[in-house]
Amino acid sequence: MGLVFEPSVPLSKIATSDTHGEDSPYFAGWKAYDEDPYDPIINPTGVIQMGLAENQVSFDLLENYLEEHPEASKWGNGISSFRENALFQDYHGLKSFRKAMASFMEQIRGGRTKFDSDRIVLTAGATAANELLTFILADPGDALLIPTPYYPGFDRDLRWRTGVNIIPVRCNSSNGFQITLQALEDAYAEAEAAKIRVRGIQLTNPSNPLGTAITRPVLEEILDFATRKNIHLISDEIYSGSVFSQPEFVSIAEIVEAQDCRSSSERVHIVYSLSKDLGLPGFRVGTIYSYNNEVVTTARRMSSFTLVSSQTQRMLASMLSDEEFTKNYIRTNRERLRKRYEYIIEGLKAAGIECLQGNGGLFCWMNLGPLLEEPTREGEVKLWNLILNEVKLNISPGSSCHCSDAGWFRVCFANMNLQTLEVALRRINSFMQKRRGTSQGLC
Amino acid sequence: MGKWLGPCVPLSSMATSNTHGEDSPYFAGWKAYDKDPYDAINNPSGVIQMGLAENQVSFDLLEKYLEEHPEASGWGSTGISSFRENALFQDYHGLKSFRKAMASFMEQIRGGRAKFDPRRIVLTAGATAANELLTFILADAGDALLIPTPYYPGFDRDLRWRTRVNIIPVHCNSSNGFQITLQALEEAYAKAETAKIRVRGLLITNPSNPLGTAITRCVLEEILDFVTRKNIHLISDEIYSGSVFSPPAFVSVAELVEERGLENSERVHIVYSLSKDLGLPGFRVGTIYSYNTRVVTTARRMSSFTLVSSQTQKMLASMLSDEEFTGKYIKTNRQRLRERYEYIVQGLRAAGIECLQGNAGLFCWINLRPLLVEEPTREGELRLWNLILQEVKLNISPGSSCHCSEAGWFRMCFANMSLSTLEIALKRIKIFMERGRQDIASLI
Repeated sequence: MGLVFEPSVPLSKIATSDTHGEDSPYFAGWKAYDEDPYDPIINPTGVIQMGLAENQVSFDLLENYLEEHPEASKWGNGISSFRENALFQDYHGLKSFRKAMASFMEQIRGGRTKFDSDRIVLTAGATAANELLTFILADPGDALLIPTPYYPGFDRDLRWRTGVNIIPVRCNSSNGFQITLQALEDAYAEAEAAKIRVRGIQLTNPSNPLGTAITRPVLEEILDFATRKNIHLISDEIYSGSVFSQPEFVSIAEIVEAQDCRSSSERVHIVYSLSKDLGLPGFRVGTIYSYNNEVVTTARRMSSFTLVSSQTQRMLASMLSDEEFTKNYIRTNRERLRKRYEYIIEGLKAAGIECLQGNGGLFCWMNLGPLLEEPTREGEVKLWNLILNEVKLNISPGSSCHCSDAGWFRVCFANMNLQTLEVALRRINSFMQKRRGTSQGLC
Repeated sequence: MGKWLGPCVPLSSMATSNTHGEDSPYFAGWKAYDKDPYDAINNPSGVIQMGLAENQVSFDLLEKYLEEHPEASGWGSTGISSFRENALFQDYHGLKSFRKAMASFMEQIRGGRAKFDPRRIVLTAGATAANELLTFILADAGDALLIPTPYYPGFDRDLRWRTRVNIIPVHCNSSNGFQITLQALEEAYAKAETAKIRVRGLLITNPSNPLGTAITRCVLEEILDFVTRKNIHLISDEIYSGSVFSPPAFVSVAELVEERGLENSERVHIVYSLSKDLGLPGFRVGTIYSYNTRVVTTARRMSSFTLVSSQTQKMLASMLSDEEFTGKYIKTNRQRLRERYEYIVQGLRAAGIECLQGNAGLFCWINLRPLLVEEPTREGELRLWNLILQEVKLNISPGSSCHCSEAGWFRMCFANMSLSTLEIALKRIKIFMERGRQDIASLI
């Protein structure tokens, strides 16, 4: 067999498309950080990562629990314990864990709603949960409506393998980026004009990147809209445990329970995860909670592609069924996030920067519109680049979140210690002072 | 707000299709077992589950390791950073120490006859996810993968449901011990062409499920040549590679690729998992190993939907990098599986049942054709399966659920139970067979 020149063996369209999304600024900032990461001792002039929505403020509580309850992480003396756990691959998930998750979700909502553990489907993270729901609720070519600005990851998570489209529901700063009926109707009409079938609305509540919880009347309006159009409503509530000040978090679950009507409930699906509230993204624990039996059954079957490690389910079942622990955790975590939030808002204000008034999440939504030479996406990306390379902060530009107003940025505050946050605020302060000192903008 | 009497909100066509596969005998048997499970004390006449390919023969080795190395499972007092770091780690590259440990384990299984680069290892939550991921990456909706029959029933769902890719069977039969032939490959390929379906790859399971045989070197060479000629991919699912317990020695496609100097290797992808060899299906540890760099990159990105828990990666990295432990585990596990296999084959022979000569896996491929006197058909086979389920109280897997072209073959698992339970199962079969062919035929 001699050397024959042949075309290389082709990959699929999905593989060769760029819907994986890694060519965006969102990822470029990560790369810059990876190449030059801040460290107070080794690299004090390095890039500070403020583009990663992680929660690092409450680990000590988890660590304490695990230290006090070694039986959660180990299999101890019972031989059957390890064997049983290692063999358990039932897509229903560990019953004790589902009950613990249901209970935890209820506690987060102050007992204002009830969750039936038999409606909980486990997936390896919310990333998987959101994609799964998209596969179940929409066909390729169909669309989901998503209020902007939204989490950049959705472009990949909801579209890449599913072939489903995203149609933005445009929100803007005129009313604090709240979702309006007009915006929903406009987006729906846009789809109709393009002959694209809308299958659902995907909300994130509290919002990423806004850091605000959706108000009750707006939620009711959204559910009514979904019911009128006979489409689904997915409420991604992964930050629900991080609502740290008024107004209190209202879950779509509360609206559903209040309406007590099958035609509203059968279209509602909630996504939750332990990656944000508990700070455990590595453990891959996501869940779909659906009021629709068919969706629960189908999601369960589909979760075969993305099951949660039974070892992890077991450990967390133990932790989350300890109500004393979870109550204390939820309360303490909220307090600490509130303090962080207040700290960064003050610091930004002192530097002359305003933020959207937020009450939840691990980030604030900062307005650098006044700094833009031109109120365009290009102007914003230029400013973002400047901040990355000169101020050495990686923050997320609003355009990567499909924000229609230029100049807004998401700044994470919970993925670092207080000293690092302090350094970041000092850098911002100097940057802003320098700008005020010069007669012209730098970008 | 009054009651809305409108149409219920529709789901996708994917959700409403039955490609999830749960309406098959494969699942019906599981249900029967769930309703009436055998228990030595509580339910001695219950159904014995012989349709589940689990490996329960070597747990004591794992349990002992974990007992002797408590630092593997806990975060101890070794440092605050340990838990925090692990809990935060969601990098789709996977823990480096774990990838190295997996690469090393895979090399040990192959007796060092192949090398695996940890940077080509992509982690997924189980082989189920790995196989689906590769299908998404290598084929478009409407395309096809060729799969030799009989094959694992789960493939119908795993490879087709969400990907919308088709499976075209490569028919194998008992005339040559169900080996894959070039003729069968060419026929399947031609069938696709006629139907104007584009074949994107061939998926082999080696060792085979349900046959329990390792593919020979010369057949593998032929397969590799075939895929190269057709310029298609080759996925080799080697999840049972650690369970080859007697000659011929397992030959991995990795060995052939290396022997060919990596020429044309960009079409070769290997799937592995710890669910069978290590008996840890609950922990969801699968991997894709590809010689194609673009596939590695894309698979890595796509694994975001199916990452392995970092807690589990950490524990297993510890276990699998202990080469003394893994060497001993591999050897002992093989021995015990061989003993089980010999035990069940002897028992079946004593009952008058022949099996395909196997050398691997957690099951044997038994021939009940002689019982299908009147009806050597799929229907006859299913009636026999049902009879065995209801009267002998054994759940075994009918060959038709594996798309076997010959009626009468069944897969019987032997490693998912204790020896005493296996003994009971064999006793029941013997009693059943003593009724004689005519008697049984009249019952079908």
